[in-house]
Amino acid sequence: MNVPSATLLGQAILSGIFIGALYAVLGLGLSLAWGLLGQINLAHFAFAFLGAYLTYQLATVGGLDPLFTLALIAPAFFALGVAMQWLFTRFRVSPLNSLLVTFGLTVIVETLIQAIWTADFRRLESGYADVRLRIGTLFVPLPELLTLGIAIALSLSVWAVLRYTDVGRSMRAAAEDAPIAAAFGVNERLLAYVLSGVCAMLAGAAGLCLALSQTLAPAQIYAWIGVIFAVVMMGGPGRALGPLAAGIVIGVSEAVTMAVTAPAWAPVVSFTLLILLLLLRPGKT
Amino acid sequence: MNVVARTIAALVASCILAAVSGAALAAPSGKPIRIGSTLALTGPLAATGQVHKIVGEIYVEQLNAKNGLLGRPVEWIVRDDQSKPDLARTLYEQLITVDKVDLVIGPYATGAILSAMGVAQRYDKLLIHHTFGIPNLAKYERQFPTWSLGPEPQNTFPNTVLDALAASPKPPKTIAVVTSKFPSVHFLSLGAREVAKKRGVKEVLFLEWEFGNRDYGPIAARIKEANPDFLWVGAIGLEGNQLIEAMKKLDYMPKEHFYLYPAPGPMVKSPDANYALAGTIFEEHPPFTSNPQAEAFIKVFNERAAKAGLPDTAVDTQAAASYSTWQVLEAAVTATKSLDDKVLAAWLKKNEVGTIQGILRFNGPNNYGDDLMRVKQVQNGRWVVVWPKSVAAPGAKLLVP
Repeated sequence: MNVPSATLLGQAILSGIFIGALYAVLGLGLSLAWGLLGQINLAHFAFAFLGAYLTYQLATVGGLDPLFTLALIAPAFFALGVAMQWLFTRFRVSPLNSLLVTFGLTVIVETLIQAIWTADFRRLESGYADVRLRIGTLFVPLPELLTLGIAIALSLSVWAVLRYTDVGRSMRAAAEDAPIAAAFGVNERLLAYVLSGVCAMLAGAAGLCLALSQTLAPAQIYAWIGVIFAVVMMGGPGRALGPLAAGIVIGVSEAVTMAVTAPAWAPVVSFTLLILLLLLRPGKT
Repeated sequence: MNVVARTIAALVASCILAAVSGAALAAPSGKPIRIGSTLALTGPLAATGQVHKIVGEIYVEQLNAKNGLLGRPVEWIVRDDQSKPDLARTLYEQLITVDKVDLVIGPYATGAILSAMGVAQRYDKLLIHHTFGIPNLAKYERQFPTWSLGPEPQNTFPNTVLDALAASPKPPKTIAVVTSKFPSVHFLSLGAREVAKKRGVKEVLFLEWEFGNRDYGPIAARIKEANPDFLWVGAIGLEGNQLIEAMKKLDYMPKEHFYLYPAPGPMVKSPDANYALAGTIFEEHPPFTSNPQAEAFIKVFNERAAKAGLPDTAVDTQAAASYSTWQVLEAAVTATKSLDDKVLAAWLKKNEVGTIQGILRFNGPNNYGDDLMRVKQVQNGRWVVVWPKSVAAPGAKLLVP
C-alpha cells in the first residue's frame, strides 16, 4: 500500500468529488423515475449520451457555447420524456417490463448515434476544457467544477420542488399511494408525464456534463450503468439528494483507493460499500 | 539487404508481374470465390471494425477490377459480430457450414480472432487474420498473423522502445509502468517491466487499472508524484487520451511518454499529446509510401474513410494490417493456383510475402515471423515513425521537450 502525500490525497479526494458529481447528475433522473414512476429506465443512459452528442454537435458545428446548448436540448428532451411516458401508459408497461423496453430503446438510440456520428471517438473542444484553477498545490479543472455546480444546483432544485411545492408533494403522494392521492384530486397521469419529461431533461443536463469532461463513443453508454445503479441504490430511489451524497461517497472511495493502492481495486471498494450499506442500513427492505 | 530494401524489391517485383500479366487480364468470370469473415461493425470495437470493412471493400474492388482470384470474381461476405467473441464463433460456424464459403479471413480484435481460430481449427480451414495481440495463444497450425508482432512481443517491443529512448537526447534512468488490465495490453506492459529491469532502468511506479476505468485523476496524481523520466502506458483505445487529459489537468506531463495501442486519431489531434510515443507498423510517409501500391491504397482509403464519416482517415496499424491480410491471401492463392486450405497453409509456411508493412514470414513459433513494430511520435500534430532509423520518416528523430 502506498502512503500518499497530502497533495496526492487532496488531489485524489477532489477527483473523487468531481467524478461523484458526474455520477450524481447521471443518477438523478434515473432515481426519480425509479422511485416516483416505478420505472427502471435504462434508456436514461442512452438519452444522456444523446444529449452529450447533441451538445457536441451544437457547440462544434453550430458554434454555440456548450452551456447555452442546454436551452435547446432541455425542452426537446422534455418532449422526449413525455413521449416515452405516453408509450408506457398506452401499453401499460409494468416496472419489470420497463427494464426490457428501455433496454430496447437504449440499443435503438445507440444505433442512431452510431449512424449519425459513427462509432469513432468524439471530443468537445470547448473554451472551458483548458481552464483550471490552482489552490495551493491542488488543481481544479473548470469542466469538472461546472459539473459539480450543475449537480448541486439540480439536486437542490429537485429536492426543494419535491419538498416545498404542491406539485412535488403530489408527485410523492402519487408514488406512495396513487388511488388515495387521486381521491384527493391529484392528477397522477398528468404528473407522470411531467415527471418523465423532467427526468429526460435531467438526462440532457447529464449529457452536457459528459460532453464537457469526457470523450464520447456510442458504446460507452453501457460503461456507466453499473456504477450509476449503485449510486441510485445507495442514495435511495426517488430521493433527490441521495444520488449526490452517494455519488460523492462512491467517487471519493474509488479515488482514494486508487491513490493508496492498485487502481484495479477501486470498483471492488465501491461495490463493497454498496453491499454493506444495503445490509446494514436501518429499515432495510 | 535490409528489411525495407527487401520489401521494396518484393513489391516492385509484384508490380512488374502484375503489369506484365495485366495485358492479358480480362474481367473475372465464372463462379465467384466467396470469402467469409466477421467484423465488429457495432459495439465497443466498431470504430476500428469500420476501418477493416473499408479496407476489405477496397481490396475486393481492386481484385475484381483486375482479374479477381484465379480469374474468378471475389465476393466478400462480412457479418457483424457486434464486438462479441461468442457471436463471432457462431457466425464463423455459419459461414463455413451454411454459407459454405471457399475461404475465411479473420475478424477484428484478439478475442474474436481466438473464437474464429477455434472454428477454423474444427473445420481445418486456413485463417489469415489482422490484429491478434497475444501470439502465444495462436496455437492452430493453419492460422497466419499479418500484424507482425513477432512471437515474443513482450520482450522484443519494449526493447525496441527502450532502444529508441536510449538513443534520444535524454535516455531515461527511471520508468513508471501504468497499464490497463486489457489482456493483449497487460502482458506487454509486464514485459516492459522485465525489460526495463534488465536494462537497469529503475522502476519508480507500477499501477494497473481495470479496462473501462472512468476516473484517471488519481492515477495521474500518482504519476506526477513519482515523476519518472519515462512513462510507459499500457493503454488501448481512448485510455491514453484520458490519462493525458488527466495529467494535463494537474499541469503535469512527463518528458517521455509512450502509449501502447492508442486511438491514433484522437491522440494525434490532442493538443496535449505532442511528443507522445506509440507503437505502429505503418504510417503515411516514406519509406512506407515509397511503393505505388501503398500510395494508391492510402489515397483511396483516405477518400473512403472521409466519405464514411470517420474522423481519422489516415492509414496506420489497423488499416495496414488489414490490407496485408488480403495481400497475403492473394499471394498464396495466386502462387498455388488453389483454394485448398491445406495447400495454401503449406505455401505460407515456406514463403515470404511482401506487404505494405514489410516482408512477412510465417516460419517462426506459432507462425509468427519478425517483430516489425516501430516507434512513432506525435510531432507538430502528425504521427511520424522515429525508430528504428531504417524506417523513420525522412529527417525525423525522437524529440524530447
